[in-house]
Amino acid sequence: MHMLEQLVGQARGLAAGETGLTEKEGEVERILKICNACRYCEGFCAVFPAMTRRLEFGQADIHYLANLCHNCGSCLHACQYAPPHEFAVNVPQAMARVRGETYASYAWPRAFGGLYQNNGLTVALALAAGLALFLVLTLQVTGGLLHAPLAGNFYAIFPHNTLALMFGAVFGFAGLALSLGVRRFWREISPGEMSGEAGAEAAGNVLQLKYLDGGHGQGCNNADDAFTLLRRRFHHFTFYGFLLCFAATGVATLYHYLLGLPAPYALSSLPVLLGSAGGIGLLIGPAGLLWLNLKRHPLQGDAAQKPMDRGFIALLLLTSLSGLALLGLRDTAAMGLFLAVHLGVVMALFLTLPYGKFAHGIFRSASLLKWSIEKRLPNKLQLGSE
Amino acid sequence: MSDNNSTAVDVLVIGGGNAALCAALTAREAGASVLLLEAAPRAWRGGNSSHTRNLRCMHDAPQDVLTEAYPEEEFWQDLRKVTGGNTNERLARLAIRQSATCRSWMRKHGVHFQPSLSGTLQLSRTNAFFMGGGKALVNAYYRSAEALGVRIRYESPVDRVEVVDGLFRAAWVNGERIKAKSCVMAAGGFESNREWLREAWGQNADGEWPADNFAIRGTRFNQGVLLKAMQGAGADFIGDPSQSHCVAIDARAPLYDGGICTRIDCVSLGIVVNKFARRFYDEGEDFWPKRYAIWGRLVAQQPGQVGYSIIDAKAIGHFMPPVFPGARANTLEELAGQLGLDATDFVRTVADYNAGCRVGTFDHTALDDCHTAGVTPAKTHWALPLDTAPYYAYPLKPGITFTYLGLKVNEEAAVHFAGQPSRNLFVAGEMMAGNVLGQGYTAGVGMTIGTVFGRIAGAQAAAAVMQQGAEHAHA
Repeated sequence: MHMLEQLVGQARGLAAGETGLTEKEGEVERILKICNACRYCEGFCAVFPAMTRRLEFGQADIHYLANLCHNCGSCLHACQYAPPHEFAVNVPQAMARVRGETYASYAWPRAFGGLYQNNGLTVALALAAGLALFLVLTLQVTGGLLHAPLAGNFYAIFPHNTLALMFGAVFGFAGLALSLGVRRFWREISPGEMSGEAGAEAAGNVLQLKYLDGGHGQGCNNADDAFTLLRRRFHHFTFYGFLLCFAATGVATLYHYLLGLPAPYALSSLPVLLGSAGGIGLLIGPAGLLWLNLKRHPLQGDAAQKPMDRGFIALLLLTSLSGLALLGLRDTAAMGLFLAVHLGVVMALFLTLPYGKFAHGIFRSASLLKWSIEKRLPNKLQLGSE
Repeated sequence: MSDNNSTAVDVLVIGGGNAALCAALTAREAGASVLLLEAAPRAWRGGNSSHTRNLRCMHDAPQDVLTEAYPEEEFWQDLRKVTGGNTNERLARLAIRQSATCRSWMRKHGVHFQPSLSGTLQLSRTNAFFMGGGKALVNAYYRSAEALGVRIRYESPVDRVEVVDGLFRAAWVNGERIKAKSCVMAAGGFESNREWLREAWGQNADGEWPADNFAIRGTRFNQGVLLKAMQGAGADFIGDPSQSHCVAIDARAPLYDGGICTRIDCVSLGIVVNKFARRFYDEGEDFWPKRYAIWGRLVAQQPGQVGYSIIDAKAIGHFMPPVFPGARANTLEELAGQLGLDATDFVRTVADYNAGCRVGTFDHTALDDCHTAGVTPAKTHWALPLDTAPYYAYPLKPGITFTYLGLKVNEEAAVHFAGQPSRNLFVAGEMMAGNVLGQGYTAGVGMTIGTVFGRIAGAQAAAAVMQQGAEHAHA
C-alpha cells in the first residue's frame, strides 16, 4: 500500500513537471532558496534552522517546513526581500498556501480532502445539519421549543446513552480520520528515530506555543511590525479552555458510570467548575483570535483560508456561548432549546475536526516533533565560513 | 505624522537609516523636537541599514551573545589593517570604545540580538547579530521614534540646503522650506547615483564605462544629493571620491537591493575565468570573507566587467548556497557553451590548471597545502583539479556596497568649514564613515560607526538647540 502511494505520488509529480512540485510548493522552494542564501531570520523560529540543514527542497521537505511555520509573521516584516522587492519573499504566505494543500491531501478518507476547498461552506453545512438534527429531536421529544422546567436534567430530553453513543461515534471517527491523515504525513516526512528527550521538547514546544514568542519572547506580529503576545495567549485560552471542557465531560462520564451519579451536577461540582472555566477560556480565546484574525496584516498568511480560520473560530465561540447559556438557563423552560443548540454546535465542531482548521494543530505538532528529532542529528552540510 | 511645518523644528534629521534613527532618537531623548526626513517611501525606508546584519563590538569578556573577548586594541589593529592606516585613530578609538556600551541603548529601543548565524562562526566573537537582520532593527527604531514623538516624513528627499557661514538654516523638500535650529545629515553615500558612479570610475582602455555594469547592493535612494550640496557649500571633505567598496556578486543580481543573498561563496573552491575563458587572479589567496572585496575590483577590471566562478561536483555542499542556480553541465565543453565562452580556450584553461594542481590534504576550513605549480596566475590554496561532473558556473559582476567620500568631522560629529566645526550642523553614518574607514571594510564596522556617530550627532544637535536657547535668553 505504501509502495503504491509512492508510485502514485511519483506519477503525479512527473505529470506536474520535472520537480514534481505543485505551483504553491514551487513558490516555497523558490523562496527558501533565497532565504537559505540570507539566513537573517534564523533566530525567529524552527523553520530557518531546519532550512539551513538542506540545500534542496523536495516535496516532503516543503510539507514539513510549511507545517512547522506558525505564521508568526516575524520573517515577513524583517525581510529586506519582501514585497515590493522584486524577489517578493513572503515566507508565511507561501507556507500557509502549502499548508492548505497538505490538509486536503493528507485528509482521510482522501475524497473528503475536498471539504477544505470551500471550508466556510463545509462549516456552515455541518452547523446547519447539527442544529437541525437536535432541534428536530427536541421537538419530537418535548413537543415544542419550550417545556415545563426540568431542573437542569438534560437526560429528560436526551437519554445519556443516546448522547454518549452519538458523540462518541462522531468523535471516534474524527480521531481516527486525523490519526490516519497525520500518520501518512509522518511517514512522508520520514522523521527518523525518536528519543524521549526529543519527544519531551516537542511536547513542551506544542503546549507552550514556543514559536509564537518571536524568538525573543516579545511575541509575533499581527497588524504590523510591532510584536504582540496576544496571539499566543488567546491560543492558550482556546486550547486549555477546550481541554477543560473535555475534562468536564470526562469527569462527568466517570461520575455517571463509576459513581452512579447522573447529571445535573451542582454549580460547585467538579464537572461544572471545569466546564465553566473551560467555557470562559473558550469564550475569551476564540474571541481574541477572531479579533486578531480580522486585524492581521494582509500579506501575512493566506487570505483564501480566512473562511476556514473564522469558521472554526466561530464554531468554538458558539460552543462556549451556547454551553454557558445552557448552564445559566438549565432550570428554565428554555433548557431544551439551548440544549439542542449547544449539542448541534458541538456536533458540527466534532464533524469538522478532521476537515477544518483544527487539523493545523495536529500537523504542526507532528512537524515540531520531527524538528526536535532532526536537530539532534548531525548536520550533513559543511558549508565552511561565509 | 503632521505635514504642518510652518513652525520650525529643533532638530532636523535628514536620512532614514541606522545613523539617522540613532541621531533622531538621541536628540528626542535629550528633549528636542525632531523631524526626520526619509527620501524613500515607507516600504523602502532604512537605506542600506536594511541589508546589514550585525554590529562589531569591543568587549573585554564574554557578553551575552558575544563569545570570549575583543579588546579595544585588537579591534583597533583590525581596523588599522583593513584600512591600510587610512583612518583617524582618535575617531576610530572613540567608535570602538562606544561600541562596548551602545547595545543596552539599542535594546531599549527594541533591537534584539542573537548569536552569530550559521555559516558565520568566525564572527561569533566580534559581532553581535541583529535578530531578523537590519530591517528588523530599522523597524524597531522607527517604532520607538514614533512612540517618543519624533515626526517622520517619508518620500521626502531633500534637494537643497541653506548653509550660511557654516550654520545650517533650512532644507528644501519638494519645494517646501523646512527650518531647524540644528541639523544632522545621515543620508548615505552616493553609490546609487549611476551618473556620479560612472564619472568616478571613468572609462577604461577598451573604451568601456565599467560602472555601467555594476549592481548596487543596497538602496536606490543614496543619490548623494547632500554630499553634492555640501561640496557646493564649501564643507571639508575626506576620502577618495573615486573609491567605493566593491565586491564580487552574482551577475544576475538586481540593479538595486540585491543585498547579502547575491554573494557567491564558491570562488576559492574552484577557478574564475573572464569572458575570454582565462584565469586572472589567485582564487585561493586567502579565505573568501577576506577576499570578496578584492574580487569586486578584479572583476571590474576584466573586459565586460564579468567573471565566471567554475566549480565541480566535489565543491557542492561546501559553501553557502547561492540564490540563483548555477549553470550546470556534464562536460566542460557544454558548460562553456552555456556561458558563451570559447570552448577550446575554456577547456585548455581548465586542463592547464588541472595539470598544475599539487594536491595535498584538502581542507577548506584552513589555508591548506593544495596549490598549483607552473600555472599563471598560481592558485595557492584549495587547488583541486576540476574533474568531477557535473560542473557548475556562476557569473560574477561587481556590486557596490558604499562609497568612501565623506564629510570631515571631529569627535562631536560636527561638519567642518575651512577647518572650523559648525555649531549646528552634524553628520553621521556613510556620509562621514570615511573618517574612520578610509578604505577597506570589515564586517559590522559600518553599523558601529553609524550607531556611535549617529548618537553623538543627535546629542550634539540637541545640545546646539539648548545653546541657542541660552544665547537667546542672554540677548
